[in-house]
Amino acid sequence: MVHTWSSLISTLFLLLLCITGLPLIFHHEIDELLGYDPKPEIAQPGAVKRSIDEIARTALAHDPGRVLQYILWDKDEPNNVIAFTNNKVDGDPDAATLRAYDAHTAKPLGSVGGGPMLIFLKLHVDMFAGQPGKLFLGAMGFLFLVAIVSGVVLYWPFTRRLSFGTLRDKSRRIAWFDWHNLLGAVTIAWALVVGATGVINTLAEVMLSQWKANELTDMVKPYAGKPPPVHLASLDVALENARKAAPDMNVSFVAFPGTPFTSSHHFAVFMRGDTPLTSRLLKPVLLDGETGEVSDARDLPVYLKALLVSQPLHFGDYGGMPLKIIWALLDIMTIVVIVSGLYLWVVKRRKHRSHAIAGQPALQPSR
Amino acid sequence: MTDARKLRSSGNWWTVYGGPLLIGVLSVAGLLTALLSEGAGRYFSWIAVGAPVALTGWFFARRKRR
Repeated sequence: MVHTWSSLISTLFLLLLCITGLPLIFHHEIDELLGYDPKPEIAQPGAVKRSIDEIARTALAHDPGRVLQYILWDKDEPNNVIAFTNNKVDGDPDAATLRAYDAHTAKPLGSVGGGPMLIFLKLHVDMFAGQPGKLFLGAMGFLFLVAIVSGVVLYWPFTRRLSFGTLRDKSRRIAWFDWHNLLGAVTIAWALVVGATGVINTLAEVMLSQWKANELTDMVKPYAGKPPPVHLASLDVALENARKAAPDMNVSFVAFPGTPFTSSHHFAVFMRGDTPLTSRLLKPVLLDGETGEVSDARDLPVYLKALLVSQPLHFGDYGGMPLKIIWALLDIMTIVVIVSGLYLWVVKRRKHRSHAIAGQPALQPSR
Repeated sequence: MTDARKLRSSGNWWTVYGGPLLIGVLSVAGLLTALLSEGAGRYFSWIAVGAPVALTGWFFARRKRR
């Protein structure tokens, strides 16, 4: 019963997640192919990188009337400087524009993201329904986890007499039943990990608000009641100070005062390490918005670290192209499990009904 | 019923859950290896995370021969 209902309620949305997730595994490659992933020009030997202040000015001139929210450095493309602009510092994330600038020439290279992959991403993350849509999909993901666990319990009565990996072709129903069991059984661990990390991801905003309400508020206590900065400090000064505060780390992105990732008084420079694991674990350095002096630097709380480490386990983008291909195959196997499960339910219902008509009891164990 | 089951089944805990459990442990090991190490760990992760796909292919091929 638990298996049937947790699966049935979430089936449609799980299919949506699996199908939209499939191209998203390769979004980097597809964006590159379609021109939504601009590349920097090949730098002249000995070329010097432009100041970030200059790139910030270029970005603002490129999108007049807008403000900068974030400047981000791609880990794999250090010569791309990506600027987020929006109509307000705390504007709607969907209204943000992302453009890449060449680190050596400050030339605009084109917009980042967008195109068909953005549509897939929106469908996958919140179905264009904002935070409620996101939390709803989180609930569907949770039902997916319930369906997997209840499926493991049911596996015993249904396969007790069969050896592992039995595939019979006695009838269409039995063939689908065996495929459902085999594909379900071999993908349990992967599906649990991808499902659980997906659910954790739907709570990202909730965790961020939690951090802002507790840790961040505590870090910026000395600034409570002060007006927001009027003249912003030089970004180059702020970045230099942030690097000194976290000497073994690199800059991942800087959040401008008033954006969701920092206080209204501070630049937050998020630093990352350089191993596969530490590059996910960001450390925020808060700097006074007017002077660019370091005010505080603390590690993120455990729940945000868990979120950051869990993200690659959902995306499958952390082990090269072979891992992405395997991710896609496992995703397709999960689609087969979902569709075959639905098929088995429909067939069983039909059988129940015809038995009821003939006045015979249904002989199958109830699921 | 109980007697019939005993006669017919090879149904103990290990024969039912052993295979899925091993493949599950291998999958998780592969998922974490790719996260924690570059280089050689990657090759292991491809084998370990890809094992469910390979195993399914093997079961499918074996079925064909029957």
